[in-house]
Amino acid sequence: MVGQPAANKQHIDAAPWLERDAKPLIRINAVTKKFGDVTAVNNVDLSIYEGELFCLLGGSGCGKTTLLRMLAGFEVPTSGQIIIDGADMSAVPPYERPTNMMFQSYALFPHMTVQKNIAFGLQQDKLPKTEIDDRIEAILKLVELSGYEKRRPQQLSGGQRQRVALARALVKEPKVLLLDEPLAALDKKLREQTQFELANIQEEVGITFVVVTHDQEEAMTLSSRIAVMNAGEFVQTGTPTEIYEFPESRFVADFIGSANIFAGQVTEDGADHVHVLTELGVIHIDHGQATKEGSNVWVAIRPEKIHLSKTAPTKKGPNQAVGIVDDIGYLGNSSIYKIRFENGLIVDVTAPNLIRPKTRTHQITWEDVVYLSWDASSAMLLSK
Amino acid sequence: MTDANLTVDRAAGSENFVQRLLRKIQSRWRTIVILLPFVWLLIFFLSPFLIVFKISLAELAIKSPPYTQMIEWTDAGIVTVRLVFDNFLYIFNDALYARTYVNSLKISIVSTVFCLLIGYPLAYAIVRSSPVTRRLLLFAIILPFWTSFLLRVYAWMGLLADQGTINNLLIWLGLIDDPIRMLYTEFAVYVGIIYTYLPFMILPLYANMEKLDATLNEAAADLGSRPTNTFFRVTLPLTMPGIIAGSLLVFIPATGEYVIPDLLGGGNVHMIGRQLYNEFARNVDWPVASAVAIVLLLLLVLPMAVYQHYQGKAAEAQ
Repeated sequence: MVGQPAANKQHIDAAPWLERDAKPLIRINAVTKKFGDVTAVNNVDLSIYEGELFCLLGGSGCGKTTLLRMLAGFEVPTSGQIIIDGADMSAVPPYERPTNMMFQSYALFPHMTVQKNIAFGLQQDKLPKTEIDDRIEAILKLVELSGYEKRRPQQLSGGQRQRVALARALVKEPKVLLLDEPLAALDKKLREQTQFELANIQEEVGITFVVVTHDQEEAMTLSSRIAVMNAGEFVQTGTPTEIYEFPESRFVADFIGSANIFAGQVTEDGADHVHVLTELGVIHIDHGQATKEGSNVWVAIRPEKIHLSKTAPTKKGPNQAVGIVDDIGYLGNSSIYKIRFENGLIVDVTAPNLIRPKTRTHQITWEDVVYLSWDASSAMLLSK
Repeated sequence: MTDANLTVDRAAGSENFVQRLLRKIQSRWRTIVILLPFVWLLIFFLSPFLIVFKISLAELAIKSPPYTQMIEWTDAGIVTVRLVFDNFLYIFNDALYARTYVNSLKISIVSTVFCLLIGYPLAYAIVRSSPVTRRLLLFAIILPFWTSFLLRVYAWMGLLADQGTINNLLIWLGLIDDPIRMLYTEFAVYVGIIYTYLPFMILPLYANMEKLDATLNEAAADLGSRPTNTFFRVTLPLTMPGIIAGSLLVFIPATGEYVIPDLLGGGNVHMIGRQLYNEFARNVDWPVASAVAIVLLLLLVLPMAVYQHYQGKAAEAQ
């Protein structure tokens, strides 16, 4: 499975979380963690299955790191239970857990060489020296750091340190590898490259990864599944596609990617369609929803799912609107347009810059009158 | 004055004397700053040392100052330079001095070890406590310096004396019938030295441990290391610079300590600082006193040189 593109993991891997009798590797049962009066993690339940690359995604202070530290054993749950590989972890100290952690700061031992850093964990298991040496050699090859054995952490670049930290945690072949913001300290270019490398390494070694990140793009690229956290609770858990295309709440729709969110009222609730009256007019959704007429809901439309045109559509229909270009954010590969409506409403639209303009001006520019349209399947109905 | 201004002035050639001088000082600023402490050390440390060294090579004489001159003009126009090594030979040949040196080293080494054993966990606890508690505890460590050192030693005399606070308390509690002899014993000297020099151990250790990353301990635990093993393989090696700095700060002044052995040890504890004072003030034998001081200095320079060597190696390894 080496070299499979990480982004297309889902069709290779099975989806054990959908199977009824699949046994989870990690089971988090009603876990709560309080620090004094502050509830960091509030009564969460979660199952993580073997071989998954699971992401805990959320903003700072959402409790994701606390949850990870409880898995590692650095924090003890105030209530609830954590089971890893069938064993209750309540009374198990960090040094006896089948987990290893890669720290956000890497926490490499500054007084030890790369080799001694990696050997440290193996020595605790009282392995014979020859085996330790063999495993260090193999793991350094995996993270492409062969030849750096004698260096000290402060003689390495940020990217190299990150790989030593990964190697040190991986070499113990834990049941679960916990990664706290593994890529946060790298610059953007290196981060994007490392995302794929990390996912490839995970497939190669087959160890279950639990990754904490605040970066939604990172979570989308890496994960088999994502749990979105807010204020100590799971807001939604699912595959990257589920989270992005089928958010269950305004929070998730807004947190993952960007979304235009309109408040509205259901005017028609059919078996195969729903009509919602919003500030943008009536939005037609071409599939049935669990809602009823007259209820207050929200509709979210992703900016890239709205089509922008300078010419009026030939056929009048639903899911159309006309506005004026208020502002443009040019990103190179795409542009963000802020479209202003008569009632003052602003809608974001992103459009790829597919054609290189002949002149140095853009096709659509400030104060142009533009026509918006979107597919009837694109609008997402949100009840909370 | 901005850079642009300066350039203009120079181009116009209108720079006056004061401006030129200021600019010269500015360009040599680094040298001046480094030079100042050197000059200070030269005047107040190196020259007194040379004077003492000179006296140690002189002979006792009944005059003022009470020693012979090193360089003398005689009538025949001859300069005589007299270097008298007798004082050093005297020190080496008299077993009293050797015993006193060894005893001083023993007392200061044992005191340093005890300071380390008490100070290390204390410093560690201070570093690991909450910010408010940490400030309070640090304040408590520094607080004794607000009272005169001499007063604090006298206070210990009051505590340790046969009719002192501790003995009275123990008798009142019925734990003992006769007072335990503590004052004017080696024990009292140890108590005094450890008490006095403990802050000098704690403060450098604290400064060192404060920089220690607590996640390193978590990383070690995560990799399967029990707390004791983590201490010896991670915490101890990383706090070694603090241990060495603190130990030197205790060991060096404790070796030459005079007040504590004199007041708490009485005549029963022989330490070189007291011996030096006796030679100088009671026997008025400046040359021997100076020789004692020079030998003491050599004894102390040795561990310092070892430390410097160690530091140099550590810096190289980085």
